[in-house]
Amino acid sequence: MEKIVFEQTSGLTDVPMRYCPGCGHGIVHRLVAECFTELGMKEKTIGVAPVGCSVFADEYFNVDMIQGAHGRGPAIATGIKRNRPECLVFSYQGDGDLASIGMAETIHAAARSENITIIFINNAIYGMTGGQMAPTTLIGMKSSTSPYGRTIAANGYPIRVCELLAALDGPVFLERTSVDKPAAVVKTKKAIRRAFQYQIEKRGFTLVEILSQCPTDWAMQPLQSLERIRNEMIPYFPLGVYKEPADSKSSVMSDEPVVAEKKE
Amino acid sequence: MPKIQVNTARCKGCELCIPACPKDVIGLSKTFSSTGYYPATMVKPEACNGCKLCAYVCPDVAITVYK
Ligand SMILES: Cc1ncc(C[n+]2csc(CCOP(=O)(O)OP(=O)(O)O)c2C)c(N)n1
Ligand code: SF4
Ligand code: SF4
Repeated sequence: MEKIVFEQTSGLTDVPMRYCPGCGHGIVHRLVAECFTELGMKEKTIGVAPVGCSVFADEYFNVDMIQGAHGRGPAIATGIKRNRPECLVFSYQGDGDLASIGMAETIHAAARSENITIIFINNAIYGMTGGQMAPTTLIGMKSSTSPYGRTIAANGYPIRVCELLAALDGPVFLERTSVDKPAAVVKTKKAIRRAFQYQIEKRGFTLVEILSQCPTDWAMQPLQSLERIRNEMIPYFPLGVYKEPADSKSSVMSDEPVVAEKKE
Repeated sequence: MPKIQVNTARCKGCELCIPACPKDVIGLSKTFSSTGYYPATMVKPEACNGCKLCAYVCPDVAITVYK
């Protein structure tokens, strides 16, 4: 008889996700849920859902969640973490949420080195509201508010969030990954796991930026949208670690679950 | 025999799992699911090696892998 070698983590609920077919949000939800579950923190995790397509993330994560006002995730997570320091606290945010209306909260939480983890989905667009230009929209990229393509003259340059935050002393761990292929998904999971681990070790501010596809608002088939990540996004938003603790080599994290997954 | 099971109530037929599979095991079904999509299905079941790569990229956590 075969054994199950992969199944849905108990860190997610059974509610089917309402994302569009092929959307990267679902992949990242699974990875976040697997990480807090495998670290044995499921009963002690509190998440903050943003405004954006992932506004209903509280229904998908099988932990306590708060849905915040647009862009205010880092401030809400700060309040939760300062009152419940024993909890693993994450704020899940899109690029409109984090890099536009919420940029001030992001930068100040990072500068304070708040001991929280931000999961930052960079899909270069405002997804939920109909594909408007975001601070991360690429030069030349068409959106509903840049129908002929973003121009430097009219709209300025896209913001690279990891590089921007790396200039601050506060952040402890910053990494940019993608979810365009299985190996990239595995790397993203490792990055999230490291960020959570550093938070558990009370080291300070951690953020993982994930380049993610939005097939609907990019007006592409899901498989075609993966090509855009590879050919257009990664060249402008290089993948890699932008900040890590000096002793990161000695605290190399294993991929083995700390606790075995048990179904309730 | 290694195999995958697709939860057709969750699968949205996005096809991300199809090129993720190194053995070309997966294709889309020819009939609609209850949610109105053509869900993923095994078209070459004998080639499945249980590597889980399809499940890694599935955005809807629709795939269970057996080995
Ligand atoms: C205060 C406030 N301003 C504007 C909006 C409208 N709004 C809803 S979602 C959104 C942007 C979401 O984009 P992003 O954060 O990139 O997430 P995605 O939908 O792409 O996942 C905006 C501007 C709002 N809900 N509240
Ligand atoms: S609009 Fe884009 S980001 Fe939002 S659910 Fe659809 S694919 Fe995902
Ligand atoms: S990746 Fe998942 S949702 Fe997409 S077709 Fe395959 S099983 Fe269905």
